[in-house]
Amino acid sequence: MKQTAQISLTVNGETVEADVPVRRNLVDFLRQDLGLTGSHVGCEHGVCGACTLEVDGRMVRGCLMLAVQANGANVTTVEGLADSGRSAALRQSFMARNALQCGFCTPGMLASAIEYIEAGGASDRNAIREHLSGNYCRCTGYQAIVDAVCDVIDGRVSA
Amino acid sequence: MKAPDFDYQSPETLEAALALLADADGMAEPLAGGQSLMPMMNFRLAAPETLVDLNGIPGLSGVAIEDSWVAIGATTRYCDLEDDKEVIEAVPLIAKVLPHIAHAAIRNRGTIGGSIALADPAAEMPAVLLALGGEVVLQSASARRTVKADDFFLGIYETVREPEELVVAVRLPKAKPHDRFGFHEIVRRHGDYAMAGCIVAADATLAGVRVAFFGVGDRPLRAERAEDALAGSDGGPAALHAAVAALSDLECDGDVSTSADTKRHLAGVALKRAFSELTA
Repeated sequence: MKQTAQISLTVNGETVEADVPVRRNLVDFLRQDLGLTGSHVGCEHGVCGACTLEVDGRMVRGCLMLAVQANGANVTTVEGLADSGRSAALRQSFMARNALQCGFCTPGMLASAIEYIEAGGASDRNAIREHLSGNYCRCTGYQAIVDAVCDVIDGRVSA
Repeated sequence: MKAPDFDYQSPETLEAALALLADADGMAEPLAGGQSLMPMMNFRLAAPETLVDLNGIPGLSGVAIEDSWVAIGATTRYCDLEDDKEVIEAVPLIAKVLPHIAHAAIRNRGTIGGSIALADPAAEMPAVLLALGGEVVLQSASARRTVKADDFFLGIYETVREPEELVVAVRLPKAKPHDRFGFHEIVRRHGDYAMAGCIVAADATLAGVRVAFFGVGDRPLRAERAEDALAGSDGGPAALHAAVAALSDLECDGDVSTSADTKRHLAGVALKRAFSELTA
């Protein structure tokens, strides 16, 4: 065993080729092999949402997908969301609303919230909470995070 | 934790996948969305020698709408069903249930076939299959068979699927005009596994009623005595009371936090709420 596989994928707009152990999950590959440490690793069983990142236009759990499964895929991490400006308004509103304290959950929160906002989600606190229900925050709490998402949807942030 | 080491295969055809399973002597595990299998491997609760990744097989996903059935390919993801207006129209129960299955990021990967094959007793989709009287299409390298939902689930994570077989499609009957569906689950937090959940499927006049529970026993459970209490009734409080009373022999199991008696009580609550929410 100790099988490896050759993969080729796009990460934040750049082509990446690598030889990865098949058991390495996607978020570990991004963090350890590519040095993209923005995506965080929390529970490693799909519950906490800290590793949420975008694969082919959909937000997924980076810990529940193998790196080898991302062969040929287009992956965007929280770094890519920042570089392209997609997260600019949300990052500003997170700061304005104190929507993070330790910041561990923030990359996943941003990714999940961006999916909701870009899909045309309403400024409805219950709907936002439902969409973010797969992302744990263990310090600041959720009110400020929902506030920040509402501010972006309602156009109260200019980035 | 991280998954133990394994051999990874990514066949490009169904035939190649079935051949891998046939040769593996039960030591290979099919990988669909991975939203349950990967956590189990990371917890070291599962340690397959070989993973047979089904995601690269084009014909295994997608939906075919037939005269009276909807055939859903096993690796069709929940997010694709949520976006499919034809499926929602043909099987309106799906639209009620999907938002309650885990979270958006999980539904972006999770598949209907994976959920059915895993047979988690607290999962929604096996109960949908049971409540609607659906079918599971199983295929091995040598044979293909179709199993009715009532005969498919055996126990916790246990079904009639043999190790060399794959769930290739899930078949759900199309709703008839004026059919109505109710769904309710009792959860601690949106997206969590249900402490108890109930699905009611009924025709316009309550002549035929099917009731299925999840999260209360070792598998999704039909409640035939409750169905008898509701079928042909006026659907009023007395009939509903009789249906709840008829859950006395529902095969409830306790878990670490909830006794079997409490599960039975919650099943009754879920039944009342699901019944009160019956809509087309």
